[in-house]
Amino acid sequence: MNKDIEARKQELLNDGYEEVYTRTKVLTDAVMHYCPGCGHGTTHRLVAEVIDEMGIQDQVVGVSPVGCSVLAYNYFDVDFQEAAHGRAPAVATAIKRLNPDTFVFTYQGDGDLAAIGTAETIHAANRGENITMIFVNNGIYGMTGGQMAPTTLVGMRSATTPYGRRVDLNGYPLRMTELLSTLPGTYYVTRQSVQNPAAVRKAKAAIRKAFENQKQKKGLSFVEILSNCNSGWKMTPVAANKWMEDNMMPNYPIGDIKVDGKICEGIDANRLVLDHALTVMQ
Amino acid sequence: MAIKGQIIIDTEHCKGCGVCVPVCPMKCIELSKEVNGKGYNFTHTVNDKCIGCASCAMVCPDGVISVYKKKI
Repeated sequence: MNKDIEARKQELLNDGYEEVYTRTKVLTDAVMHYCPGCGHGTTHRLVAEVIDEMGIQDQVVGVSPVGCSVLAYNYFDVDFQEAAHGRAPAVATAIKRLNPDTFVFTYQGDGDLAAIGTAETIHAANRGENITMIFVNNGIYGMTGGQMAPTTLVGMRSATTPYGRRVDLNGYPLRMTELLSTLPGTYYVTRQSVQNPAAVRKAKAAIRKAFENQKQKKGLSFVEILSNCNSGWKMTPVAANKWMEDNMMPNYPIGDIKVDGKICEGIDANRLVLDHALTVMQ
Repeated sequence: MAIKGQIIIDTEHCKGCGVCVPVCPMKCIELSKEVNGKGYNFTHTVNDKCIGCASCAMVCPDGVISVYKKKI
């Protein structure tokens, strides 16, 4: 089957067609275990494409977390280290300090980065470690069956909050990106999403910038990617993307928050101190 | 001068999530009624209006779509 596809591609090239897009070689041929339509697959692809475009495949070391993306090392054709739950920034710190010439990135979900690994995340950011952190936020614990995560929206239903998240019982959603942008050690902090072609292109530019920053040794780059979790949310992939636009984006606004070590213009100071004026879901 | 596009879909690795269907500006992708080896309704092209914009490839989580284009 694969040979057949390669032959058809070659046929088109011989016929005068030019290549616009094809799967990058930095991703291995392994079929990803993610659910159909999951944003993890798109994010994996973007990271791999950035590595490919920068020509740094043999200098990259990735750190994979515990969560849905625990098997990320099977899908990238680069060096990888698996970290204990939540400890990816600590492992990445060691790799970067021992091998300053490598490009180190962590790839974590919200259960790993915002729950059990909060201390490691905040301290790595506060030390200004020269690494790139990719944070995939889907507002739920996807791998274990859709339980409430720190990032679950107020009013959002999950396996452990079947009537919706209640503030008096479960507290407020944690906005890691805003939180980290207030630390002086972070150099580039942004939130992106991957639900449509325009958003994917912007997310790719953000990941590219986060890797470029490592060359300048300025500090930590943090890219949050909003993703759907169609299995956890119990929706079709297309409906989950729509739901994400309608419900997650008001609470998690898309865009750069801190570029080149400075808070962007137009970012409301109240937003950074987590003002709790959150949109409550229907 | 028009631009003609062609997409090649690795149907065996397509998971049939359908994310590429609504983003196609020319409406030339649909989910097939047939299934692949894993039982997913893979995507296929239904007409030749493709302009090679690569929107489908951009959103495909599994990177199964390759896009080619030429000027005619």
